[in-house]
Formats: sequence, C-alpha cells, structure tokens
Amino acid sequence: MEAAVKEYTYKDFASDQEVRWCPGCDDYVILRSVQKALPEIGVNKENIVFISGIGCSSRFPYYMETYGMHGIHGRATAIASGVKLANPTLSVWVITGDGDSLAIGGNHFIHVLRRNLDLNIILFNNEIYGLTKGQFSPTSLVGQKTKSSPYGNTQPPFSAGELALGAQARFFARIGGNTPKEMTEIFIASEKYKGTALVEVLQNCPIFNDGCFTKYTDKAVREDRQLFVEHGKPMIFGKERDKGLILNGLKLEVVTIGENGVEESDILIHNAKEQDPTLHQMLVRMEYPMVTGIIRGFEDVTFEEREEALTAQVKANSAFRKTNDLFFSGDIYEIT
Amino acid sequence: METKVETPQEVLEAVIIRFVGDSGDGMQLTGTQFSDTSAMFGNDVATFPNYPAEIRAPQGSLYGVSGYQVHIGSVEISTPGDEVDLLVAMNPAGLKTNLHSVKPGHTIIVDTDSFSKKNLEKALYEANPLEDNSLENYRVIEVAMTSLTKETLKDVQGLDNKAITRSKNMFALGMVYWMYHRSTEHTIEFFQKKFKTKPELIEANTKVLNAGYYFAETLELIPNSYTISPAKMEAGTYRIIMGNTATAWGFLAAAEKSGMELFLGSYPITPASDILHELVKHKHFGVKTLQAEDEIAGITSAIGASFAGDLALTTTSGPGLALKGEALGLAMMIELPLVVVNVQRGGPSTGLPTKTEQSDLLQAMYGRNGESPVIVIAASTPANCFNYAYEAAKLTLEHMTPVLLLSDGYIASGSAPWKIQSVDEMPEIKNMRLKKFKENYHPYERDKDSLARFWAVPGTPGLEHRVGGLEKDKVTGNVSYMPENHEYMTRIRAEKVKRVQNYIPDQETEFADSGDLLVVGWGGTYGSLHSAVKHLNEEGFTNIGFAHFHHLNPLPKNTDALLKRFKKIVVCELNTGQFIKVLASNFSGHEFLQFNKIQGLPFANNELKEKFKQILS
Repeated sequence: MEAAVKEYTYKDFASDQEVRWCPGCDDYVILRSVQKALPEIGVNKENIVFISGIGCSSRFPYYMETYGMHGIHGRATAIASGVKLANPTLSVWVITGDGDSLAIGGNHFIHVLRRNLDLNIILFNNEIYGLTKGQFSPTSLVGQKTKSSPYGNTQPPFSAGELALGAQARFFARIGGNTPKEMTEIFIASEKYKGTALVEVLQNCPIFNDGCFTKYTDKAVREDRQLFVEHGKPMIFGKERDKGLILNGLKLEVVTIGENGVEESDILIHNAKEQDPTLHQMLVRMEYPMVTGIIRGFEDVTFEEREEALTAQVKANSAFRKTNDLFFSGDIYEIT
Repeated sequence: METKVETPQEVLEAVIIRFVGDSGDGMQLTGTQFSDTSAMFGNDVATFPNYPAEIRAPQGSLYGVSGYQVHIGSVEISTPGDEVDLLVAMNPAGLKTNLHSVKPGHTIIVDTDSFSKKNLEKALYEANPLEDNSLENYRVIEVAMTSLTKETLKDVQGLDNKAITRSKNMFALGMVYWMYHRSTEHTIEFFQKKFKTKPELIEANTKVLNAGYYFAETLELIPNSYTISPAKMEAGTYRIIMGNTATAWGFLAAAEKSGMELFLGSYPITPASDILHELVKHKHFGVKTLQAEDEIAGITSAIGASFAGDLALTTTSGPGLALKGEALGLAMMIELPLVVVNVQRGGPSTGLPTKTEQSDLLQAMYGRNGESPVIVIAASTPANCFNYAYEAAKLTLEHMTPVLLLSDGYIASGSAPWKIQSVDEMPEIKNMRLKKFKENYHPYERDKDSLARFWAVPGTPGLEHRVGGLEKDKVTGNVSYMPENHEYMTRIRAEKVKRVQNYIPDQETEFADSGDLLVVGWGGTYGSLHSAVKHLNEEGFTNIGFAHFHHLNPLPKNTDALLKRFKKIVVCELNTGQFIKVLASNFSGHEFLQFNKIQGLPFANNELKEKFKQILS
C-alpha cells in the first residue's frame, strides 16, 4: 500500500481550523514543531493518525491535516493502541496532558508503556488543569495554590519520567516548551524509534500556572540549569560548557571541569540505549540540572511484532483457512 | 459395545438428568459427555451448567457444589428443564442442595463412599439421609462408586490415588449410559484424544466407564432402563454449541463475509470471558484480540480499531457495561461501527456473577450521558447467539452506529444442537467504506435512506479528517456549538437508529396470531416461554400467542399492530419489569401485565403455565 513518499512542508499539515489556544501558550510551539517534524519522517500524511484525550492539548488533532480523533478523557493511549493493532503500518501519535495521562488515564498510560506498541506519545505537562480552569494536577507541586487547593496542594506529585520508567518505558525524552528546534528533532527521533516513545514537554500555561518551569527553561538560565543529553556524548552543560555529571557512589554529582582535578574525560558519557534503566532513572529525577533530551531509547521488541510473529506461527500450524473449516471440524453429526 | 438388555425398557419422550458433586469432581465433563453422546444419537438436547463462583470451594461444602443439567428428548427440547428425573449425587452436599429439584418418585444415584461422617457434617446433615428414611419418596440407588473405581483400577500402572479417585465420575457416567441405552463409544474416543500423551489415563477412564456400564447392567437395583428415540430435527450437519462459542463464531462468520479483519478489545469478566477465550484461539483467521487493562480500554481500543477500519467489538457483563458507557457514547457520536456484547448476569453491582438475569436492558437502551441511541438486539438461544452476533456486525457496518448485543448467563453457558450454518448461506454484509479519493469528502455526509455516514479510514489518500466527541457540524464534521446544528444532529442520530426498522424483519408470533393473551418475552427466556405456551396450546388453550423479541431498539415496525390483536399482553422478564416499560412508553392503549422473577434462575415451566392460566380465567 506504500506509495512513493510525498514531499511536504509544515504547511501541508495545518488543517483549515483556527487554532484556539490562549495567546502565548506553549501549545502553539508544540503544534508547529510537530508540523515541522512530519515532513522529515518519510510517511505520507494519509498514513498519519493523531489521537487525543480531553484537555487543552487534546484539541490538537483538529489542527492537523491528517487523520485524527479527539477521544475521551484519559483514553487516548487505549484508542491509539486499537488503531495501531488494526493497522500497524500507520504512524500513530497520542496527544495528552498531565491530567489526561497521569490522573484519569493513568492506568492506560502505564499499560501502553509496558506493552511497547510503536506509538509516539506527546505529554503536554503544565502541572495544572487548564481546560477546567485551574485545578491542581497529578504533577502540581505540594503547596501549590490552585482553584481546588486554595490553601496549597497536599498531594505529592508524580514525575512523569519516573512513572514511565517504572512502567518499563523504553523511550523517554523531555524537552522545554520554548525550544522548538530541539523539540522537532526529538519528535523526528521518536517517530523513527520502534516502540512506545514518550516525550514530555515542559509546557508553560500562561493563564493558570505561568512560569512554572521558568527556572529551568528561561533563556537567561537555560544553559546553566538544563542538561540536554545526547546519546554517546558526555553529559556536559553550562554557558561555559564546564559543568558535567559524574557518578559518586550511588549518586550523580555535578562537577566543574578544571576544578578539583576533574577533567572532561571524567564526565559520564550518555548511553540512552542501555537496557538497565538505573542511570536513566537518576537522570530523570535530577532537579539541578533539569535533564532534557532523549534520556532513554532502548531498542526492544514491539508488541505488534510479537503479535504478528505469533499470528504467523499459528497460521502456519493451523489447517483452518475459512470459518467452514472450523465449523465443520471436531464433533459434528448428521441428522437425516 | 453389544448390549444385552434383560431388564424392562420404558420408552420416554424426554428426560432431565442432573449430575452434582464437588467442584473438583468433574461434573461439567460428565454432563457434557452425556449431552454430546445423546446429541450424536439424534436427540434434541439442552444443557445448563451450574457452578459456584469460587474456583475450588472447600471440599464437601454446600456452596462448593457444582452441577450440570442435561435435558434430552425425542421431542423438541427448548430448555434445560426444571425438575429432574435422575439426580446423580457424588456427595452429601450435592444431594442436600439438589434434592428439592428431583421429581417425587424419581431416581437418585449416590456414591455411598462419600457419605462419611465428615462429609455429612460439612453438608450440615444431622443424620445420614440414606439411613433415616428421609428419601423414602425417591428411588435411591446406592453405589459404592469410589471403592468400585479403586477396585477397577487396582492393576493399572502409573496412577496415583488422586487420579484414581478422580475418575469415579466416569463410573457414574457409565451407569447412566446403560440406563438410557447410550453408547460409550463417543466418550472413549474423547479419552483417546484428550489423553493422547497419557495412555494410562485412557486405559483408566475407559475401564472405569465400562465398569460403571456393566455394573448398572448387572445390578438388580435398577429395575428398568429407558429408551429415548431420536428427535425429528431438520436434516443437516449439527454440532453441540455453547452460547458464548456461537457468539464468537457469529463474529468470525461476519468478518469473513464482509472481508474485514476482526478486532476484539476485552477485559475478563464472568460470564462473558468465554467469548474472548474462543476468539483468541482463531489467529489463523487473522483475528486480533487485546486483553486490555480494564473495561474502558477494552472498548476504547475497539473504537480505535474501528477508526482504522477493522470490524471491532468488545465483550462484557453487567458492571463492565456501566464502565463502557462513556466510550459507547463516543462511538455513537463519531458514528463508527462497534459491537458491544453484554452477557447479562445477576445484578446490581457485583450481584450474582454466575447466575442469569435480564436486568441490563434499560442500561443498554438509555445508560449513557446525553441522548445516545444505539441499536439493541438480543439473542435468545445458545444456537442463535451465532445469528444475532452476525446480525449485530451486519447492522453496525451498514448503519454506522454501535450495536449492543444482549446475551445472558443462561444461554451463554448453556449448550444445544446447532445446525451448522456455512458462511455461504449467510446474508451479504455491506459497509460504508470509501476505498478511494472522493472530491469534497465530508465525514458527516450520509446515505439518504439509512442516514449512515460514509466511512473513510486512515491510509486512504485525500480523505484525511478528524472526528471526536465534541458536537460536529452536520456536514463538514468541524466542531460546532451552533444551537440549531446540535438539535439537528441529536435528532438525526436518533432517526438513523429508528430507520433500522426498515431493514429488520417484522415481529412474528407463534401458536396464535390473535386472541385473548399474548405472551411477550425477549432474550434468553425464549426456551422457557416457548415451551410453556406450547404445552398450554397442546392442552387446548389455542387463544394464547407468543411473541419473542430480538430487536429491542428499534422495535419492529409491526409491533403496535401485533399487540392490538390480543386482548391482554403479559410481558415476562427476569427483572422487575424493563421491557414492559419500553413497550408501554412506545405504545398506548394496550393492557400490559407483567410476570417477573429475580432469583438468578430461569422461569420454570409450571410457574409460567399457572400464571397464564390465571390471567385467562
């Protein structure tokens, strides 16, 4: 069914619908980054499907000139699983938020990661409920004052990455909502990766939780507060490229190259493809620096590959080709 | 096996036998073997298993009793029957919990070895019922089955004590085979297949089965044996089928006929799980199944598969249907094909998981937020689960709206002969798929007759579009908050379901086309209602008609006209009265009476006949 791949620009992926997010929302950045990534993935647009749940982010499919479904709250991952199993040749993207995937859809979220279907999940994390106008979410901080926590939130948050790795995610990336170039690259990498690729975008909500990630994402501090990891490269960050990570006992430690005898060669090399997630978990948990980029990208067998192989094996060993072969098999008898 | 029969033979039209014992005693297997053998002999057959919700309840306990009832006849058999002619009780608990079902004067076979002090205590017997004359109204045949089985197998090598004791059910089966002139051949073939790699088990089971058979033959305690001639059934190739298997096969047939791939998203729940168990076997037909993380993922994965172009279904029971409600609303809203099978069980909440009830009808009809009409149909016998599953698939694909198929524990777990239907004989199934690019495609453009929308699936160039749970413009499918558009769309979704009337058969009546009383039923009560009206008809009550509904939403077009032809109407349901509400809200000017039972049990023949006679008097 694969026709020659068509040439696209990002404009080919914009639907005729007016985008209705609040002015200044990072969602616009994510939308444009996705539209810029898609011409690079080598898939015709009729073979691309966007599935969302409910929330601000979940309006996303309406703005994409591809196949799409705006689903129900929390269930996008389950709907997308059905799409992918029905037609594994499709490029399937899940659009979800912190409330959608980590609260009401938490169960589907962990199970889709466990199964490892070849899906791309973009988690718009703004640590707040936007569409319902400002209640705390499962990623809101303790003490955070919101409409539903006027005296401060008393529920400790999930870290999306920690939860995902605990649920056996093989691919996890994190990116700030104001870095479109890197974001586009990560989306391209997530599509090329075979398996469930989860990308958490630290997305600023200018209305209900403005500035929640500023201390990591603001241009002025970004280079000093963020470590953007790349597979095979040393984990170095800082405006002066002089900070890095080393392993000190069972903990990651920030060191300065050139101080206390630390040389660049002492800095840990990032291995996203390592099967053991221990170091990835440590990177995910760090607050200084906030680690972004593809933290984990371990190649594993996908769920649909297992299913396809099993089906092929059953077909090869079965004499049943048509339902009549089954219906008229075994204990049948004639009435005359 | 050559049989010399010296005892008198009595010819019977029909007989009801119940095998009961501990849940580990193999009663389901014993019953299945007896019914299969009888079906192959040419009898009409209906069976019903009755097992506890506990997998292995404490041995000998009253609540751990497992039973299997078989009704066989030379006449039409439409239910597993009520009171039994023969009870085979493998232990005191089985006797105690089932004695009330034995017709007075009829036969009970007991394994006397199991009537130990300990087992009697567990069954809460103060005295041994075999010794205190409490069974004097029955013909009790006492057989030391456990010791006879041990004796039979004393020379067979390679068996442990447990394996030996476990085969005592075959001793009982052998005895019953002799009593009803059944051949042991089918069961011996069954051993040979089942224990292919364990020759010692083939030998042991065959020996015990034969020992039981010869024991009965030589035993003077059994005064006579019985013959039940083959039934007059439509010629053809048959097999015994369980309702849930028939449901699964109906979808296999529909997938093949429509040329589509079948997808099942499901979460295990009693008594629907057997449909999942059956379909997962058939990967050779390309069937895709996902055992999901919950009921909601079961249905939403099916919605995703449908969006991508598969024939998609989800299966569930009682509380699972409640969980699927929101997603079913989505499928209705985005107007995709989807079949939801609900195998009803005793409710509410967790209710009575292994018992039958018809209490989900109103939930099926109305149990979603907003106005969310879906097509609702119901199967009524184990065998016609095949046809209604097929029809559910056909209706959903042709009308682009979800279909809720109702089954229930009684027909889903019961089995009966099925005249095998080849896919070649089944009606054509069309679908609304657009295979190629179409200028100006809009997702909510509809067929002008059925109002079904045209269906474009991912992979089709140029037809990219978005659907979703938000209200959509009546043509373009873009999100619309326009007041008039919402009213239009609400009405057209309802009208689309209503117009299914133009594609389904008229409601038929049996026994009388007009008269004093119309007995109305739906779903799994068909057998009970049919046989009760039939008996009354044979007794001379020719003024009673019977209408059993399979299409519940929409109702067949002629329903009102049909109801008008009877003076009184009694709606019989295993709930407090749900279908009667549907009828009464649709059709005025009729005298609707109701007869209900909410005990987790099917209607008994006598209670129905008494009720109908009382209404007529």
